[in-house]
Amino acid sequence: MRPLLRAAVIGWLLVWAAFPAVAEPPYITVASTTSTEESGLFGYLLPAFTKETGIEVRVVAVGSGQALKIGERGDCDVVFVHDRSAELAFVEHGFGIDRREVMYNDFILVGPASDPARVDGGNDVVAVLHKIADAKAPFVARGDDSGTSKAELRFWKEAGLDPKTISTGWYRDTGSGMGPTLNTAAAMDGYTISDRGTWLNFKNRQNLKIVVQGDRRLFNQYGVMLVNPARYPSVKQDLGYKFIDWLTSPTGQKTITDYKINGEQLFFPDAKPATG
Amino acid sequence: MHDIANAVVAAWDLVLSGNATLLGIVSLSLSISLAAVFFASCIGLPLGAALAISRFLGRNAAVVVINAMMGLPPVVVGLLVYLALSRSGPLGSLGLLFTPAAMVIAQVILVTPIVAAVARQIVEDLWREYAELYLFDGVGRVRTICSLLWLGRLSLTTAVLAGAGRAVAEVGAILIVGGNIAGVTRTMTTAIALETSRGDLALALGLGLILLALIFLINGTAHFAGQAVRRVAA
Repeated sequence: MRPLLRAAVIGWLLVWAAFPAVAEPPYITVASTTSTEESGLFGYLLPAFTKETGIEVRVVAVGSGQALKIGERGDCDVVFVHDRSAELAFVEHGFGIDRREVMYNDFILVGPASDPARVDGGNDVVAVLHKIADAKAPFVARGDDSGTSKAELRFWKEAGLDPKTISTGWYRDTGSGMGPTLNTAAAMDGYTISDRGTWLNFKNRQNLKIVVQGDRRLFNQYGVMLVNPARYPSVKQDLGYKFIDWLTSPTGQKTITDYKINGEQLFFPDAKPATG
Repeated sequence: MHDIANAVVAAWDLVLSGNATLLGIVSLSLSISLAAVFFASCIGLPLGAALAISRFLGRNAAVVVINAMMGLPPVVVGLLVYLALSRSGPLGSLGLLFTPAAMVIAQVILVTPIVAAVARQIVEDLWREYAELYLFDGVGRVRTICSLLWLGRLSLTTAVLAGAGRAVAEVGAILIVGGNIAGVTRTMTTAIALETSRGDLALALGLGLILLALIFLINGTAHFAGQAVRRVAA
C-alpha cells in the first residue's frame, strides 16, 4: 500500500513538473489552410505580428473546408482561408463577421516532365484538362473539400467533364492535403493542381514541374474573417480584430510582399483600405 | 538507400545543433505521453486488478470489452474527444480544445484499456496462485488489489510500457484534438506528419529516427531498472 501511494505521489509531481503553470501570453487561435502553413508564409508573417503586438497566434492548418467547420463550431477566433463562395456563405449564415480580402496568389498545374498528355506550356486550364482526360493520364486530386479542391472541381465543371464518372482509373482522389497530394503525384508521375506557395516550398518534386500557369481562372484569393462573437462569446474579439487589422494594414501587407523563396514572391497583398 | 542516409544525416544534424524547437517538441511529446500514462495507470492498474479478482455476471463480457478496446482506432477517439471538447460540444466551456490537456485526455482513453487489459492478465495469474491465502486471512478487496499490484510490480511495468509505447507513437488522435499548433501542440509524431506533407522526407524520417531512439531509451531504462530491482530483491 505505502509504496504504491509513494509511486502515485511521485508520478503526480512528475506530471506537475512537466506542465509548469506559467502565465500564458495573450493568444488567438486561427484556423487556416495548409497552403499558408506549408508555404512557410506563417512562419515568416506571424513572428512579425507577435513582435509588434505581443499577441501569440496559434494556427491550426487544415483544408479551407475544415477550417470553416472549425469556425462554425466556435473552436477558433479567426478563419483565414481561400474559398470565396464558402467564405461568403459562412458570413451569410452568421458564423463569421467582417470578411476582408488579404492577398492572392495563383494555382498552377504541375505534371511529370515526360508530359504524357502533351500540355506543357499551355495557358488554358480548361483545354488542358480535356487533353489530360483524352490521354487518360494520371491526375491526382485533393478531394478534401479544401479551397484548392473546390477550384479544381470548378475547372472540370467548366470543361464540361465529370472526372469521377469518365475516369477509368486515371483520376485519383487522395483525400489529403496539398503536400501529400504532391507527394502522390510525384510518386505516380501524375498531374495535379496546386497553389503556387505550397509548390515553391515543396521539396520532394522528383520529376514534377509546372506545366500550366497564367490562366486568369487560376486566380486564388485569400480572405480573413472573425468568428461571430455574438454566436460564440468565447471568441477573443479584440485580439482577433487586432490580427485582422494588422494583416490588412500597410505593415501587414508589406510583410506579405516581403516573403520570398529564392527571390520569388509567393503572395500578393490586395486588401482594400478598412471601411468603417 | 540514399534517402535513408539523408535521414540519418538530418537526424544527426538536428541532435547536434541542440535545436530549441526540436527540444520543445521532444519535451512536449514526453510530457504528454508521461501524463497520459500516469493517469491511465492510476485508472487501468486498479481496474485490471479488480477485474482479475472479481466474479460477477458479465465478467467475461467486461474482459472482452477491455481487450477489444486495446484496438480503439485513434482517429475515432480523437474525433469523439474533439466533439466533446468543441465549443459546440458538451464540455466546450472548458476551452480545452487545441491544448495539450486535450491531447492528454485523448491519450488516456487510448492507453487505459491497454494498461487495464495487461494488468488484468498478470494479476489474474497471481490471484490463481495466492487466492486461498488472501481469502483465508480475510483480507479486504481494496487491500488485496493493492497487495497484488505490489506483488506483480515488475511484470506490471510491461503493462505500463505497452501503454507508453502507444502514447508516444500515436498521431491520429492528438492531431485532431491538438491541431498540430507550432510551439503549443506540435509533438514528434505530428511534426513528422507535417514534414512529410511538406515533402521534406529526410527531415521527417530524421525526426522519426530521433523518436525511435527515445522509445528505445525509455524501454532500456525500464528494463535495466527492473533488473536492478530484482538483483536487490534477490
